[in-house]
Amino acid sequence: MSILIDKSTKVICQGITGEQGTFHTRQMVSYGTRMVGGVTPGKGGTDVDGVHVYNTVAEAVKNTGADASVIYVPAPFAADAIMEAVDAGLRVIVCITEGIPALDMVKVRRFMEGRASRLIGPNCPGIITPEECKIGIMPGHIHKKGKVGVVSRSGTLTYEVVDQLTRLGLGQSTCVGIGGDPINGTSFVDILEMFEKDPETEAIAMIGEIGGTAEEEAAEFVKKNVKKPVVGYIAGVTAPKGKRMGHAGAIISGGKGTADEKMEALEKAGVKVTRSPAEIGNTVLEVLKSM
Amino acid sequence: MNIHEYQAKEILAKYGVAVPRGQIAFTPTEAEEIAKEFLKEGGGAVCAVKAQIHAGGRGKAGGVKLAVTHQEAKKHASEILGKVLVTHQTGPQGKEVKKVLVEEGSKIEREFYLGVVLDRARQRVCMMASSEGGVEIEEVASKSPEKIFKQYIDPAVGLQPFQARNLAFALGLKKPLTGKAVKFMSALYNAFVSTDSSMAEINPLVVTADGDILALDAKISFDDNGLFRHKDIEEMRDLDEEDLKEVAASRFNLNYVSLDGSIGCMVNGAGLAMATMDIIKLYGGNPANFLDVGGGATREQVIVAFKLIMSDPNVKALLVNIFGGIMRCDIIAEGIVEAAKDVGINAPLVVRLQGTNVEKGREILKGSGLNVISAERMDEAAEKVVEAAKGV
Repeated sequence: MSILIDKSTKVICQGITGEQGTFHTRQMVSYGTRMVGGVTPGKGGTDVDGVHVYNTVAEAVKNTGADASVIYVPAPFAADAIMEAVDAGLRVIVCITEGIPALDMVKVRRFMEGRASRLIGPNCPGIITPEECKIGIMPGHIHKKGKVGVVSRSGTLTYEVVDQLTRLGLGQSTCVGIGGDPINGTSFVDILEMFEKDPETEAIAMIGEIGGTAEEEAAEFVKKNVKKPVVGYIAGVTAPKGKRMGHAGAIISGGKGTADEKMEALEKAGVKVTRSPAEIGNTVLEVLKSM
Repeated sequence: MNIHEYQAKEILAKYGVAVPRGQIAFTPTEAEEIAKEFLKEGGGAVCAVKAQIHAGGRGKAGGVKLAVTHQEAKKHASEILGKVLVTHQTGPQGKEVKKVLVEEGSKIEREFYLGVVLDRARQRVCMMASSEGGVEIEEVASKSPEKIFKQYIDPAVGLQPFQARNLAFALGLKKPLTGKAVKFMSALYNAFVSTDSSMAEINPLVVTADGDILALDAKISFDDNGLFRHKDIEEMRDLDEEDLKEVAASRFNLNYVSLDGSIGCMVNGAGLAMATMDIIKLYGGNPANFLDVGGGATREQVIVAFKLIMSDPNVKALLVNIFGGIMRCDIIAEGIVEAAKDVGINAPLVVRLQGTNVEKGREILKGSGLNVISAERMDEAAEKVVEAAKGV
């Protein structure tokens, strides 16, 4: 087992005829993901390497039985694309797009209330269940099937951690990039809850960063509900106040959201926190050995 | 993106938020002319001369002065213009004042705080009010959070009058002021959502002796991701207020933030870039910058990135940390070699490559003739670059 996606997941790509959409659809197909269709309004009836293109998500879902979507639509139109996917009833929606206005995301979250879709992202690398299904832009070959669940707010830093785990022979159950924006679809808490319930996941690596209070909420949740060992790392100890560090969400404002506060909260909750990003893999290995 | 107080008030006025009459002046004579207009009735009238810089704390630093005659306004303007203001937000180097806002004064009876922010945890826009006007809201929040009143706004319907009334009554306002407060708050919310703001602060919001509600000061920050649909606001950007290197970097889609250490960093991805800064610190060094070249850096971007880093005189050594994903390490290595030759790097260069085609990438670096110190792991790279920075 795994969380969110596996080899039976049927995926469509919104924005499939764009440069990014086409490139990554090919990458996903070659990884083994079941890409059953694509959507680009006005390009219905064409295809991308044999993947059929539809005009609307509803039409794509009706014809393919897809249950997941990956979105590569440019930022000005991305909120609309997410809502279209939600309306079509897709179970998992992964939005890769970076730069969506925060107030658009506030509307998206309001639109999603009371509906069953799970949104991952935006501004994220996606989700991968190694050797089964990859939905996103991560390099597939660094992953290996295993027992560590990975959840992170960043992209390349996640690859770094995955690479460390793979080299140590640990592998991953599922890796989820929840994204670097202030308003997103899925929190650490949501994913921690899924990993706790997943029988294949034996330990969890959680990669946070400065800004907001998502890590503090995760700490609270771990304390009460997670029995599996959790290893934590928070990026941005050296980040100055009031500066946006690349991600729209990575900013220390009003003295809140510092890395030190977050690490302290996690440690108090029993999370094994490492201050060195080079030691995340080893720390996971240690906690697994001591079990 | 941030703007000046006078620009914030222009925008707010457009949405019907009550602001004092005022005009911008670049010279003492201009300030005097504007003051004449506001003071011509005579008898007890007053006007304010306010330094326009992006940092807060201007009053305490001597950047805001009151005048009762136009001669006095001219004198204040000549003192403030050209002055370097040092406030708790400017840093020790301070900020030079290039323009002043001359504003009609009013008799203030009470001061409040009113702010609109994006609440990340609740995923809603939140309007906050406090009877503690004129003070830093963070201070109120930490010392007496019970004095801050909040209303979370449903984006489907916007701020409702009852929510504004809740805040007005919580502040202790009475009729007919509550009606004016509701109008003020609704206008402020509309301004916030219509301009893709990320923060709007009226501090203080004042009740005047004439029974008016006015924004005495105003600060707005905008969501950079929303600027594409507000060209008029983008034009308000004041490059004098920004780090030149950060502006240059943003033109090439690079995220650059100046810091005060001696180790220049070039990394792909924001999270990994922060982690790289942190591990440098962990090994006893100090990063000179945050620099994210993005997930798939091009040769041009790498050249610009090297130029930016080398233009900082404090840089004693460089660390390049790239995790090649979709972007292959050999391509990145070629970019580094060409860029390093182009730019002429005269400080020790530590390169750590990992990911797709890493062996090929390392061979290219080795065979390049460049004096590159290679590292495999992040901690090894940090150790080597800290050592190299000491040696110069």
